[in-house]
Amino acid sequence: MSHLLQSTFIPTTPTTLRRCSVFPTTHLRKTHVVESKIREIFMPALSSTMTEGKIVSWVKSEGDKLAKGESVVVVESDKADMDVESFYDGYLANIIVPEGSSASVGSTIALLAESEDEISLAKSKTLTTVSSSSQETPPATVTEEVSPVASPVAAAVSLSSDAVKIASAIHPASEGGKRVVASPYAKKLAKELGLDLRGVVGSGPNGRIVAKDVEAAAAAASDGAAPIGVAAAALKPSGSAPAAPVVDLGTTVPFTTMQNAVSRNMVESLAVPTFRVGYTITTNALDSLYKKIKSKGVTMTALLAKATALALAKHPVVNSSCRGGKSFTYNSSINIAVAVAIDGGLITPVLQDADKVDLYSLSRKWKELVDKARAKQLQPHQYTTGTFTLSNLGMFGVDRFDAILPPGTGAIMAVGASQPTLVGTKDGRIGVKNQMQVNVTADHRVIYGADLASFLQTLAQIIEDPKDLTL
Amino acid sequence: MQSSISLSLSSPSTICRSDSSSPAAASNGNVNLLNPRSLRFCGLRREAFGLNSSISMRRIESSSVTRRPCSNRILASLSGNGAPSKEFDYDLVIIGAGVGGHGAALHAVEKGLKTAIIEGDVVGGTCVNRGCVPSKALLAVSGRMRELQNEHHMKSFGLQVAAAGYDRQAVADHANNLASKIRSNLTNSMKSLGVDILTGFGSILGPQKVKYGDTVITAKDIIIATGSVPMVPKGIEVDGKTVITSDHALKLEFIPQWIAIVGSGYIGLEFSDVYTALGSEVTFVEALDQLMPGFDPEIGKLAQRVLINPRKIDYHTGVFASKITPAKDGKPVTIELIDAKTKELKDTLEVDAALIATGRAPFTQGLGLENINVQTQRGFVPVDSRMRVIDASGELVPHLYCIGDANGKMMLAHAASAQGISVVEQVTGKDHVLNHLSIPAACFTHPEISMVGLTEPQAREKAEKEGFEIGIAKTSFKANTKALAENEGEGIAKLIYRPDNGEILGVHIFGMHAADLIHEASNAIAMGTRIQDIKYAVHAHPTLSEVIDELFKAAKVKANTSSPAAEPVAA
Repeated sequence: MSHLLQSTFIPTTPTTLRRCSVFPTTHLRKTHVVESKIREIFMPALSSTMTEGKIVSWVKSEGDKLAKGESVVVVESDKADMDVESFYDGYLANIIVPEGSSASVGSTIALLAESEDEISLAKSKTLTTVSSSSQETPPATVTEEVSPVASPVAAAVSLSSDAVKIASAIHPASEGGKRVVASPYAKKLAKELGLDLRGVVGSGPNGRIVAKDVEAAAAAASDGAAPIGVAAAALKPSGSAPAAPVVDLGTTVPFTTMQNAVSRNMVESLAVPTFRVGYTITTNALDSLYKKIKSKGVTMTALLAKATALALAKHPVVNSSCRGGKSFTYNSSINIAVAVAIDGGLITPVLQDADKVDLYSLSRKWKELVDKARAKQLQPHQYTTGTFTLSNLGMFGVDRFDAILPPGTGAIMAVGASQPTLVGTKDGRIGVKNQMQVNVTADHRVIYGADLASFLQTLAQIIEDPKDLTL
Repeated sequence: MQSSISLSLSSPSTICRSDSSSPAAASNGNVNLLNPRSLRFCGLRREAFGLNSSISMRRIESSSVTRRPCSNRILASLSGNGAPSKEFDYDLVIIGAGVGGHGAALHAVEKGLKTAIIEGDVVGGTCVNRGCVPSKALLAVSGRMRELQNEHHMKSFGLQVAAAGYDRQAVADHANNLASKIRSNLTNSMKSLGVDILTGFGSILGPQKVKYGDTVITAKDIIIATGSVPMVPKGIEVDGKTVITSDHALKLEFIPQWIAIVGSGYIGLEFSDVYTALGSEVTFVEALDQLMPGFDPEIGKLAQRVLINPRKIDYHTGVFASKITPAKDGKPVTIELIDAKTKELKDTLEVDAALIATGRAPFTQGLGLENINVQTQRGFVPVDSRMRVIDASGELVPHLYCIGDANGKMMLAHAASAQGISVVEQVTGKDHVLNHLSIPAACFTHPEISMVGLTEPQAREKAEKEGFEIGIAKTSFKANTKALAENEGEGIAKLIYRPDNGEILGVHIFGMHAADLIHEASNAIAMGTRIQDIKYAVHAHPTLSEVIDELFKAAKVKANTSSPAAEPVAA
């Protein structure tokens, strides 16, 4: 009786966990031109009803030697998990379908090279395969100008990379870096992400590398090393009305690595007691200066960064940072991080030594950084070394907003739009002046109200009389 | 090696525990022939056996060890504990009130023996106080944490759960409360039957003479059931804080960020389940070349894929922890790993805590065994297949038995209890030899692992030696309706059998509720039921037990049904 009831669910033959073999065949396909000795491993059909299989785990990793008959991969079909064996000796050159992903029956899930030398060949083959298939999608449109758009959560990403920061904490038992002390999960993550732990600085007990260090390092690395094709469409078009986002409503989407990093830093920021001071600055002089030198490639971002840097030079405490809550550091250089929104997150390219570098070089530097950000080729030092952050939403017509202080820095300035404003003057007249509102969020453990007030006063003087900027 | 007799198997070399460099560990491997199960599993009988029959029979045995039919019967008292024979204070004295002693005491009362049990510590022994019972409480917590933390799992049910958290002290209290509760159950069940619970450290003064505290008592028969303690290999300094054994770990005084577990057998595996569910990361140190020695290799492989690889666990195999120094002065726990073969220093680990789970050593010191010329073998009391103690000259010691971990035959709580019952059967005149191959074992990870009988390599070895074929049948939880309804399709059941006569040699289960599913197989082995008969038994649908049903049906037995379908019963 019960047997009848369940007959639709249970195969009459015990199909569980049997071993089966797949021939990595050498037949030719259009996109995978298979040469002499690189064979493809296909998703096998493990049952008559199976249309796609999920890779439960790769028994072997890339580069591992395989002997004929050895298990390579565990595939989950609609019925059971099965070990899939190799029918050839060789090396597992490239895993195309990672663990946890599914592939339809007959599709290539990995490449098998006959000798070790051919592993790289096999890898390059995959690249061609991948890029050729990605060409089918229409090329993404990219706007030329990247605006220094930022959200209030500016600079979140830059902080995620504590790991890339100065390796001050070498593990006492790491024998001067020869040994890597990392927790089991950190090691597992690093292996999954293909990250070399030797470059990661640990933040755990005794300087041990823990999972979040690996995640941070990976986020940093992937920001810099993502394939160009993908990154090209990432930067948001500026100015133009934002296109309606294409999302599936009602779905829950797991965080990307970058979103994870942002999320973590935002939560971390709650541990810092911050306060805000606002100031209204007249920009007529700055605007006319900008008009004059715009043709020389100077951007508004560079102008604002330069002005801020010059003001910071006179108020080193605003450029300081507090870590741990027992001491703080007067940073030796003034590095202005400018938040830029990109698709799927934001990043803070850094203008190093903005107080010393001249305006024209600063403008060129900014263009270079933006190009790199667009290509996701920024190196960690190009977005993690900011000492003060600028976040500008003026181009959206936002007149004032409030930014969250990125942990590890002392202050962030939110810049609103400059707009014509009716102003009463001291002599009782009424006039129209261009004014913008700035709002600085700072760490009150080290920066006090008077510090910010005098910094803003200095900044207003510089912007209202901008002749020093072009020096 | 004594135990090999009863098991009719030569010692398989693959089953010694990790860290077998130390002499004690090596002995462990040799003595526990089949399953070096280090964590003891409870087979508690919650209720005392009632004395329903109005008259219990008791046989007085002659001093000869060979069983002689005896016609000298006397009536036992009707209420509980029997009346002592004239020459002795008690008919039966049991040293050690663990699960083994408790099982023996209850059965002895049922058989009408006047029984006393001596306990120097707390009633319940390792199992109830420092073993299976509190660990099950922790594992119950870890199972729920795992479910709640498994977003994917919850989502597939359509459930939304906010982040799960836990209160360490409350979890620890749950384990402690459970232990006290079971302990009082155990005590009450013995008291209500009139078993005399004597408090003091018991030792043997001479034949049929036992001392506890300053009191000397005589007994016709004596059972040693003193159990075991965690085994700590030399070079390891246990401070009870950062370098701990299961005794300390069960108190759950702190949850380290990173804990190394030395030994990947039952204890280690269960604790890895608890610690990872509570947020720790785990590093296994295993002396053998593979994790989970002692399990059927195929089950071990699957278990590793489910219980180790996806969790925050890494491992070092083929290494001994030659030196472990507890954390102090801000320095972490350091563990020196040496290659198991070359003895060269391979690596040093620095972790927040280390749990020593390398097995258990018999607790037989100070028992006064020298008074009766018995020499322990690496601490274990040598016994024959009927648990009769063997002395230094190879002779049986009259009226003296040893059960449970102290004899090392099979270090499981329920095995001790079964051995105790077997002994009581013998002293009351009925010959009884316990079939250890029918004793199941389980590991309460998530999902659980259970087994009974032989592993595949052991069965193949036996088959080759005795010249028969073996067959293997497997079924998957993925094909089971109930398992799929629970979203717990991960798991297999494996049957090792003789196609020629349908005998069940071993059953191994990895999957949801495996520990509860094994008994159908262990009972079949104990009763000698053949596959061709049991395959017609009906299982309710849909239940997990159908996994076992499928298993029996999948076996290809050449023999015909030994007894054609059972007699029809009028409904």
